Amino acid sequence: MDLDMGKYAFFVWGSYGVTALALLSLTVLSVRAHRDRAAKLKALQETLAAEKAQKVDA
Amino acid sequence: MGELKASPASPSLALLKRDLGLSLARGGGPVLAAGFYLTLMAMVPLSLGPEAQTLSKIAPGLTWLCLALASLLSLERLFERDYEDGVFDLLRTGPLALEWVAFLKCLAQWLGTGLILSLMTPVVMILLGAPVGVAGLALVAALIGSLSFALIGGAGASLTLGSRKGGVLIALLVLPFYVPPVIFGAGLMQAFVTGAPVFQALSLLCAYGLFALALGPIAMGAALRSALN
Amino acid sequence: MIISWLANPDRFSKVFAPVRPWVAGLSLVLFAWGLYLCFASPEDYQQGDTVRIMYIHVPAAWMALFTYLVMGVASFFGLIFRHALADAAAKAAAPIGAVFTALALITGSLWGKPMWGTWWEWDGRMTSVLVLFLFYIGYIALHASIEDEQRAAKSTAILALIGLINLPIIKFSVDWWNTLHQGASVFRPDGPTVAPSMLWPLLVMALAYKALFVWLWLIRIDTEILSRKYNGLRARLGFREGGA
Repeated sequence: MDLDMGKYAFFVWGSYGVTALALLSLTVLSVRAHRDRAAKLKALQETLAAEKAQKVDA
Repeated sequence: MGELKASPASPSLALLKRDLGLSLARGGGPVLAAGFYLTLMAMVPLSLGPEAQTLSKIAPGLTWLCLALASLLSLERLFERDYEDGVFDLLRTGPLALEWVAFLKCLAQWLGTGLILSLMTPVVMILLGAPVGVAGLALVAALIGSLSFALIGGAGASLTLGSRKGGVLIALLVLPFYVPPVIFGAGLMQAFVTGAPVFQALSLLCAYGLFALALGPIAMGAALRSALN
Repeated sequence: MIISWLANPDRFSKVFAPVRPWVAGLSLVLFAWGLYLCFASPEDYQQGDTVRIMYIHVPAAWMALFTYLVMGVASFFGLIFRHALADAAAKAAAPIGAVFTALALITGSLWGKPMWGTWWEWDGRMTSVLVLFLFYIGYIALHASIEDEQRAAKSTAILALIGLINLPIIKFSVDWWNTLHQGASVFRPDGPTVAPSMLWPLLVMALAYKALFVWLWLIRIDTEILSRKYNGLRARLGFREGGA
């Protein structure tokens, strides 16, 4: 492994840094949106189920 | 709503007439476009300096840029009014295919604005220092180019029907598609001014014009049908 | 056919939920291996250490094009066969493609400065990629501006297909333009010739990018499916409450 980029350090690490930042942000945003949607849907489905059960009781 | 009494002999002509009337009357479409175009061109020496040498060098390309920008102006209202008024629901049940209707509307729009802009193009070019001999070719190229702009722009306008943002969104969608005609048109002028053969650039510009003629109406028809459902 | 079988959103969710972690794992392994190779490979005798930028630049550029192709194909299926899932697939791919395209432009710029001495060279390839980026932005903006989901899907599908047909034309026109203005070009290698020592890191990184794309795509499609289910349920609920 050679991690000394010499005079090109700014350009090489800059590219890798920007790439890492962008791909990680995209990943985090995608996962977060997925979780958020799943949780919301689950909550709604549960309320609906509870309402149904109540109606059956009545 | 405008007149829509289609004479049975030629509903196409009736529609064209009505739309042309609207585009001429509608807040002075051609005057507005021509004014915008002239204002843009007047800003050029003001921003780049009045040196004749610089201006004559960039004049051919700049007129094409300004032609493209001016073609964007009235796109927003191209279909929107008839869409909101329900005229399209009428047209849809009429004898004309939606693709043809869309084409006629673009044609009317072009007759109202693009034609005037094309006529002005050689004049502006010469005012900025291009050689007088360029006029004929510049006019032909501008006619083809502005017709392509109108058809592609129409496709962009039809896609944004029913969206919450109008004008800027259309510009964003449409401008990338204006790249080839701008390149071919400006390249043609460049070739003429430098004395290089113009055939290649002119034929490429014509090819793109035909392509826009074929693709534009198909895209507009599909988009209008989707918007009307 | 397997595509039409999977076109059922519920089935799609069920089939791919257990696949996703494996794709994520694969992507991570490939990235770890690829990054190791990126820095373990020798520097180029001409380009020095900047050659390492290529290992993330070229895969990003490949994925920028590939993602647009995916969007075009998905849009085609959505438009012709009216698959709701195809609409979701096209919509889900757009932001990923936009990010890859932006990365291709940024890393290209960071590579260009030390190599050609300029941050931006108006050459055919870079200009075309810039236009591709504008396509992505236009697509996303159009989708966001139309409230009705089905209509948004249809309008953006038409846009994606027009774009797909136009991309080669724009590429051609920009290349043609480039030959007109040759004199302005500073230094234009036609891409570096790839030595075998560079091939491995490039290949592994390309696969890592592809795996990441597949994983992101799957999870974003699933988000779309969940979203629609949620909106559908709520709409029905609202209707019931309103009617009562």
